[in-house]
Amino acid sequence: MTSYPKLVRDGFWSNNVGLVQLLGLCPLLAVTGTFINGLGLGLATLLTLVASNTIISMIRTLVRPEVRIPVFVLVIASIVTVIELSMSAYFHELYSVLGIFIPLIVTNCAIIGRAEAFASKNTVGRAMVDGFSMGFGFLLVLVVLGGMREIIGAGTLFAQAHMMFGEAARTLTFVLIEDYSGFLLAVLPPGAFIGLGLLIAVKNLIDRRLERRSVRQAAPSTQIAHAS
Amino acid sequence: MRYRSILISAGFLFLFAVLGTGMVAYTYDTTAERIADNERRALLRKLNEVVDTDSYDNDIFTDVILVQSPLLGTRAPAPVYRARQNGWPVAAVLSPVAPDGYNGAIQLLVGINLEGTVTGVRVLRHQETPGLGDAIEAERSDWIRRFTGKSLNNPDLDGWKVRRDDGEFDQFTGATITPRAVVKAVRNALIYFKANRHQLFAQDPEQEQEQETPS
Ligand SMILES: Cc1cc2nc3c(=O)[nH]c(=O)nc-3n(C[C@H](O)[C@H](O)[C@H](O)COP(=O)(O)O)c2cc1C
Repeated sequence: MTSYPKLVRDGFWSNNVGLVQLLGLCPLLAVTGTFINGLGLGLATLLTLVASNTIISMIRTLVRPEVRIPVFVLVIASIVTVIELSMSAYFHELYSVLGIFIPLIVTNCAIIGRAEAFASKNTVGRAMVDGFSMGFGFLLVLVVLGGMREIIGAGTLFAQAHMMFGEAARTLTFVLIEDYSGFLLAVLPPGAFIGLGLLIAVKNLIDRRLERRSVRQAAPSTQIAHAS
Repeated sequence: MRYRSILISAGFLFLFAVLGTGMVAYTYDTTAERIADNERRALLRKLNEVVDTDSYDNDIFTDVILVQSPLLGTRAPAPVYRARQNGWPVAAVLSPVAPDGYNGAIQLLVGINLEGTVTGVRVLRHQETPGLGDAIEAERSDWIRRFTGKSLNNPDLDGWKVRRDDGEFDQFTGATITPRAVVKAVRNALIYFKANRHQLFAQDPEQEQEQETPS
């Protein structure tokens, strides 16, 4: 049985939905033009994952295996619709930007993937933590990619924060580069693919470093063992 | 035996369908009013950007008729919101579409006062390229505000083009198609208004206002 810290580590890093499992790429690539868009979709996905994992884990002993997939789909679709309606009611401006991508959360295979691979086999607590870690890991990728593309493409950061945090957040926008004429490639879909590729490369590089260091730390002790 | 098991599974699936639908129906019911209100307010805010709030005193949102004309760029009935002061016509807000944007149709709101002068133009919805064509949004540049005060005599009809086509309106660097489409749509809306001004204010408002309001 996987421990809680390992669940968190898996979701945030070693089995990250966006960087390792490469699931949910359609919304990931489509909305990450800005930091705030990434944050909005990330939060909605996070909420969906926690809710669907929790509910599916709760009903896991009741559901017969033959009908489990349709039941999962029903649960997930209902949750997403509820989130969509709530967003339209309480964060209307953000909804008008992300609107078309919210229903796409249903098609994010990461969600049914976690339902089938994890929630349907684990206790409610564990399923919740798994949903949160996976969702948070996905959110991190969305905001980093969104931030990168926004800075390079438009020279700003946190533009249109008021859509999430109300009028007061208008001042949050950083103009990092004055009179920046923009770098179109970063804003357009190819920029999303290139950006994600770079993020994956950086993650692999860090993993490689960490691995080498742990090997080196392990090495001296083996030498001593040989010498003795 | 087999039948029994199939029936139990089917019953279970049915139960979840009912539960899921119930949950969605409940949320829909509790949020519907708020969502409609949000949409209404978003549209009203845009309407007030194209006609001065102080210039009229009626409920512009409900004083609406639906019209159809090729000059408005769409075959679908387009709403016309009418602003009145003490019952007298002040201005109308047309909802033309520029069908020839770089990336499909651009939905506009064009406010025109009784003399045929533009009181304001705003983009309701578009899919132009971020960083290029999206400078037509009022939040991103002042370009769209420069229509205010213009009419079919100022500049004259030949001037209602972008500079590249020897007109009076600026294009964006590296993006001519989007501004060209918007200029043409505003010009056509003015032509339509000039020809139909009296009918536009004379008609009774639509009783059943279409709920599909652009947001
Ligand atoms: C990926 C891409 C997206 C573009 N998006 C737009 C756009 O949204 N609006 C626009 O007017 N031109 C856009 N253009 C530029 C047009 O293709 C065209 O070159 C330009 O409008 C012509 O203006 P110019 O003659 O001043 O260069 C885009 C070009 C590319 C390569």
